[in-house]
Amino acid sequence: MTSIRQLFEYQFMVNAFEAGTIVAVVAGAMGWFMVLRRQTFAGHTLSIVGFPGAAGAILLGLSANLGYFAFCVGAALIIGAARESVTTASYEDESALIGTVQAMALAFGFLFVSLYQGNLTGLTGLLFGSFLGITRAQVIVLLLVGAFTLLVIGLIGRRLLFASVDPDVAAAAGLPVRALAMAFLVLLGLAVAEASQITGSLLVFALLVLPPATAQALTGRPLLGIGLSMVIGVAVTWISLTVAYYTPYPTGAYLTSLGFAAYVAARLVRVALDRPRARASVALPVTSS
Amino acid sequence: MSVDPLLGSLSGIFSHEFMRSAFLAGTGIAAACGVVGYFLVLRAQVFTGDALSHVAFTGALAALAAGVDLRFGLFGATIAVGIGIGLLGQSARADDVVIGSVFAWMMGLGVLFLSIYISGSSGSNGSNGTAGVSVLFGSILGLSPVAAVAAAAVGLGVCALILLVARPLLFSSVDEAVAAAAGVPVRALGIGFLAIVGLTAAETTQAVGALLLLGLLTAPAAAAIRLTTRPSRGIALSAGLAILATWAGLAFSYAVPSAPPSFAIVGAATVVYGLASLRASRA
Repeated sequence: MTSIRQLFEYQFMVNAFEAGTIVAVVAGAMGWFMVLRRQTFAGHTLSIVGFPGAAGAILLGLSANLGYFAFCVGAALIIGAARESVTTASYEDESALIGTVQAMALAFGFLFVSLYQGNLTGLTGLLFGSFLGITRAQVIVLLLVGAFTLLVIGLIGRRLLFASVDPDVAAAAGLPVRALAMAFLVLLGLAVAEASQITGSLLVFALLVLPPATAQALTGRPLLGIGLSMVIGVAVTWISLTVAYYTPYPTGAYLTSLGFAAYVAARLVRVALDRPRARASVALPVTSS
Repeated sequence: MSVDPLLGSLSGIFSHEFMRSAFLAGTGIAAACGVVGYFLVLRAQVFTGDALSHVAFTGALAALAAGVDLRFGLFGATIAVGIGIGLLGQSARADDVVIGSVFAWMMGLGVLFLSIYISGSSGSNGSNGTAGVSVLFGSILGLSPVAAVAAAAVGLGVCALILLVARPLLFSSVDEAVAAAAGVPVRALGIGFLAIVGLTAAETTQAVGALLLLGLLTAPAAAAIRLTTRPSRGIALSAGLAILATWAGLAFSYAVPSAPPSFAIVGAATVVYGLASLRASRA
């Protein structure tokens, strides 16, 4: 008990816990829609584009925070616009384009870091996250942007769900499917920029994919799933921050390992739940014949 | 005696041993990337290639943390995971949430190994730190002549292997169901192909690094697919463009020392893709 209290005696740990909680809640909700819409590849690209944004901002003497938000949202707008204009493009075309953009973004990030002649800890911090240097101002920015993101997703959530599950029927019912897709990408950009500041550009999936995928393996109900996704994200973040505080190894390793363990466990539970049902449905025709 | 300073500086490029090694290894690696990448884009498995590049990072750092040669971990991990993804996914086309989950965890493990490696041998902190960066972003100029010959040989081997199975692989990539009905071992081909992608990923990591290899794997291939629909011409074009991008990148980083070679190579590949897209959309 005393050691837990000792954890919160340091302001930087309080900041880290607050920032981690905000980010986990936002990523849990946005990630749930992202996994549902099968846009994990796009989410991955957004997170990678954040890296040259942050590195470039540091090179120019600005805050990394600004770079993350500007580049992630900018990339979301570009991806959305490209999707609108190239409606005839096949899937293979799109994934090749995204893959190329990703590699180029990372290459630019690397160029900026080497031009900055910066220390290597800065590079690994941008790529793999660091929760130690989070300031009060950063927590407040995270809170404001996170609240805005959740507010908007709360307003358009029902329609977005409909458009995600069956875009054709939703369009026929008069929903602005394209505008919803665009709005979702921008919100996803904001969520990715937030998560990047805790997990780094390369480990964003730890909060954006693993908790939502775990929730979707356990329940198909939207509200319950989103809530579960947030709870799993927050739990994983708190445990990881606590363990990382007492051990010499980085938070990112714990975040991803715990998240992955939860996902594997959920998939096993799903298989165990589905098996008796599957056996019953197979057994029925045999007994009737 | 050259008038043009840029041309003058480029003419001396082959007088350096490390540059000759870089060109030799780069050519072999680029050829393999072009050929494998063509099928990767055709089979819509770019995301799998992305996952394998992250595995390359973790494998290499795991080997460093365990104190063995980096290449054991690099090749072992990518080939094993390539086969694993092939077995996991339905008919060797894994879905993106599974791949995303696996590679998020892989990256996390990679960071863990990196920190073990850096904290493991104190005193030589600086060189250990650079090892992590060179796995992430490549070190083609740091290859020894022996390593360069080995890299070029592996690259040619990969090309030969793919060309050997090119016909059935193409058939099963374009129309899996018909190929299976015609007696092509679709599943075995898919798993074997992912193993080769793993081998190529490990190979390319040495040149441009785990984070940038996707550019060399997809950009020339996507450009070739934009420019021609004939497979035989497309494969050759893809390999040719990849080699061209590598040469151009090496020459550029030689002329402009502040640009890292891996940045220049991926940049050249992206420019090639951009030009091909422009040309295709105009035609």
